[in-house]
Amino acid sequence: MSQKLPDGSLRNALLTCAPWIFFIALLLAWEALCRIAELPTYVLPAPSVIVDAFFEVEMSRWLDHLWATLRVALMGFGLSIVISIPLAIFMMRSELLSRTLYPVLVVIQSTPVVAIAPLIIVMMGSGDSSRVLITCLLTFFPLVVSTATGINETPAELIELSRSLDAPTRRETWQIRIPYAIPHIFSGLKVAITLAIIGAVVAEFVAAEKGLGYFIQFSTSFFKIPQAFAGLFFLAAVSLLLFKCVQWTQQIFFAWSLPRKKS
Amino acid sequence: MKQHSERAFVRMDGVGHRYDPAPDAPMAVQNIDIEINRHEFVAVVGPSGCGKSTLLRMVSGLLVPSEGKVSVFGKQVSGPRDDVGIVFQKPTLLPWLSVRKNVLFPLKHKFGRYGREDEKRAQELLEMAGLQAFSEKMPDELSGGMQQRVGIVRALLLNPDILLMDEPFSALDAMTREQIGFDLLKIWDENPKTVLFITHSISEAVLLADRVLVMSKRPGSVLDLIDVDLPRPRSPETIKQPRFSELTDRIRKHIYEPEAA
Repeated sequence: MSQKLPDGSLRNALLTCAPWIFFIALLLAWEALCRIAELPTYVLPAPSVIVDAFFEVEMSRWLDHLWATLRVALMGFGLSIVISIPLAIFMMRSELLSRTLYPVLVVIQSTPVVAIAPLIIVMMGSGDSSRVLITCLLTFFPLVVSTATGINETPAELIELSRSLDAPTRRETWQIRIPYAIPHIFSGLKVAITLAIIGAVVAEFVAAEKGLGYFIQFSTSFFKIPQAFAGLFFLAAVSLLLFKCVQWTQQIFFAWSLPRKKS
Repeated sequence: MKQHSERAFVRMDGVGHRYDPAPDAPMAVQNIDIEINRHEFVAVVGPSGCGKSTLLRMVSGLLVPSEGKVSVFGKQVSGPRDDVGIVFQKPTLLPWLSVRKNVLFPLKHKFGRYGREDEKRAQELLEMAGLQAFSEKMPDELSGGMQQRVGIVRALLLNPDILLMDEPFSALDAMTREQIGFDLLKIWDENPKTVLFITHSISEAVLLADRVLVMSKRPGSVLDLIDVDLPRPRSPETIKQPRFSELTDRIRKHIYEPEAA
């Protein structure tokens, strides 16, 4: 850091508080802008108006919408983990498989999900399953890539060690390659969990009768802009919380995979 | 067959290797004929890329030479052999396992489990290397020198006949390096092994080894095999002996003026 910060606990406190202070300052500036410029709420509602709009909606309705989105996002995320991690492992084991599949994966990844989503809904109906598939399509690529990268970065010496011990490939995979990929898998999971929420919302935009994405779209079409903003913030908060959950999982169960903090 | 070959523990007969199987491809090593006795400490020096590591991998069975044959205890080496312990340039410990579990890793990896006896042996080895206080620490809590000691202890776990060391101390600072060299000699004294020790340091080679194998630049072949007739146990005093500088000078001549030698 080029800037000189005060030492010790004061510095730590500042580092912890800085993002919060900035966030609150941003909200205050926003509030001030709306009041001074007297912006109509359909152009930009003030944060205080958004908070009011949030509480105007019953909590049970919020939870209903939340559950609909969360369910799809988590199922899509789970399915994506179940598919992509084994896929990455198999692709790293066989050059033929990786050469065959990689182009297909890139094609899937580079096709905009927003464009396929309506087709999937037509093909599979408007139930959870089509929304889960859309979420899964959006999340699995970063997971495949990060897992494959991690597995590839296993030090050559450890592979030699494994070969010299004449150990079965199964153990080479489980005891060396997969653990080595853990830090990379977690970077992939962090990207994927936020994409999962996006996937669920995109799916709801196309066809749904519940969910936070549906709620935002519905509120906007009825010109309830503060309510749409309230939904948006709620969604962002949920997304952030899920991201944190992934981070905590890594901290609790895979502490070794994080860079050691300098005390 | 030569008369004294019965005693030879590791033998290389006309060994050569090219990584590219095309017949006109360049050789990595060629015409290697050496015999290493049981429990002998042989250091290998030579310019970068001269095939030192190739030699080592052929003894471990990870690499089968395209010419000649390598045999250990009279049996030709044709695949990975488990009576060999390998120490790499980097410690390459597993960051998610404690020091103790890292030491036990070869057993866990080869057989999927280890018993109480093995744990006792790991503890004894750690004690011998002065690491007993660190057995529950994680690798990244240890200094580079200590990590490499763990690497050596790990290589000794299966009680191999042969210890292969590929520039094991080159990532360490000079002071740590000297100390760990003497520690290695102490460990070797208590657990006699046939050691093949690759190094870039001429003085390290002379200080530690019974014989020093000097290799030519690529394609690597044997330039000289020097008997180090310095008394054991070796110590920092050894370096002061005139014989020590005579031997290092002789090796240096090979490296710097290969034609003159």
